[in-house]
Amino acid sequence: MHEKYIDRLSDYLDDELDPAARAEIDAHLAGCRECAVTLDELRAVAAKARALPPTPPQNDLWPGVEARLSRQGDVRPFRTRMTRRISFTLPQLVAAGLALMVLSGGAVWLSRIGGRATSLPPVAAERGTPTPGDVSPVLFADPRYDDAIADLQQSLQAGRAKLDPETVRVLEANLAVIDRAIEQSRRALADDPMNVYLNSHLAAAKKRKLALLRRASALVGTEG
Amino acid sequence: MRVLALRPELESLTAVQDPSDVARAAAGDVRAFERLYRLHLARVHSLVRRMTAGRDVDELTQDVFVRVWQKLATFRGDASFTTWLHRLAVNVVIERFRTDQVRRRRMHDGEGVFDTIAASTGSRDLPMDLETALAKLPDGAREIFVLHDVEGYKHQEIADMLEISAGTSKAQLHRARMMLRRHLT
Repeated sequence: MHEKYIDRLSDYLDDELDPAARAEIDAHLAGCRECAVTLDELRAVAAKARALPPTPPQNDLWPGVEARLSRQGDVRPFRTRMTRRISFTLPQLVAAGLALMVLSGGAVWLSRIGGRATSLPPVAAERGTPTPGDVSPVLFADPRYDDAIADLQQSLQAGRAKLDPETVRVLEANLAVIDRAIEQSRRALADDPMNVYLNSHLAAAKKRKLALLRRASALVGTEG
Repeated sequence: MRVLALRPELESLTAVQDPSDVARAAAGDVRAFERLYRLHLARVHSLVRRMTAGRDVDELTQDVFVRVWQKLATFRGDASFTTWLHRLAVNVVIERFRTDQVRRRRMHDGEGVFDTIAASTGSRDLPMDLETALAKLPDGAREIFVLHDVEGYKHQEIADMLEISAGTSKAQLHRARMMLRRHLT
C-alpha cells in the first residue's frame, strides 16, 4: 500500500517531483506515520552522507605517485606542446627561413665534390685580381641587382632607428648568413662555373637577400 | 569534459590552494604538484574508497594523481581546480568498471539483498557506521549514492558520467538510501 509513495520519497526529499506529485505525497504523509518515519530516515541518511569527513590514507602515497611521474618523462610536461599557438613574428619567420639556408650552405661544399655539369648558362662571373695565398675573389656582373641591394641597404640604414633593436639584431644576423651563403657559392663557382646546383643556389641566395631587404625596408616604412 | 559544480564545502578547498601551484604544476613543477596532491589527497582517497568499497583504493588514488599530472595542461580554469580534479577522479574510478556488461551487472547486483531488507520493515539491522554500511551496498547503488549524497552531483550529471538514464540514477539512489537507513546508528 505504501510502496507507491515510499518509492518516491527520495525524489520528494531531493525536490525532484513536479508540483502535482509533490502535493500528492504531502497529502499522504499527513496521514501516514510509517511513510513519514521512512522519510525522516532517508533524510538522516542523506544528512550523514553530506557530513562524512574526508580521511587520508594510512600510508603516504606520494612516493609511489612521484615515481610514476618520473616515468612519464615522454608525457609531461606538455603544456607548451599541447596549448601553444603556432604564431611567429617576422624576425622569427626570417630566422626560420634562413636556418634552411645555413643547412643548404653545407650542401654547397658537398656539391663541390662531384657536382654534375650542365649546359645551362652559368651566372656571369669574372675573376678579379688573384690574392696570393687566398681564394680568388669573384665578381658578378649584375649591376641591377647590386644597385637594388645598395639602395635597399641604404634605405634600411637610414631607417633602422625606427625598428625594434631586437628586430635589427635578427635582421643583421640573417643578412650575414645570406652573405656567407652567397660568398660560399661564388667561391665554389669560381672552381666549377658549370655546376647547376651551385648556380641555382647562388641565384636563390641572392633572391632571398633581395626579398629580405625589401621586407625590412617595408617594415621601416610601416614603422615610420 | 563538461564542467560541473561540487558542494560548496568541497569548493572551499580552493580557498587554501595557492592558485600559482596549478600553473606551476602544469609547467612541470613536481614540488608544486606535490602540494596540490597533499591538499586534495584526503578528499580524493575518500571518494575512491567509498566508490569502490575499499578495493584497490591506494592504487586507484595514485592513478588519479598521475592522470591529473598528465591532464593538467587541459585544465583551462573554466571550473575550479577542485571541481575539475574530482570529476577526473570519478572518471578514473568509472573507467575501472567501464564495459557495458559490467556496468549493467553492477546496476542490478544486489536486487535480492535490497528486497530482503525492504521486506524486513519494522525491524532494524545491526547498526553500523555509514562508512561500513556503504561498503556493503551493491556496486551500482553505492556509486550513485556517493556521487549524489556525498559528492553533490545531480542525477543528470551522474547519468552522463555513468552512461545510464537519470531515472536509473534516481532509482539506485533511493535503493541505496533505503538499505542504509536500516543500519544507521
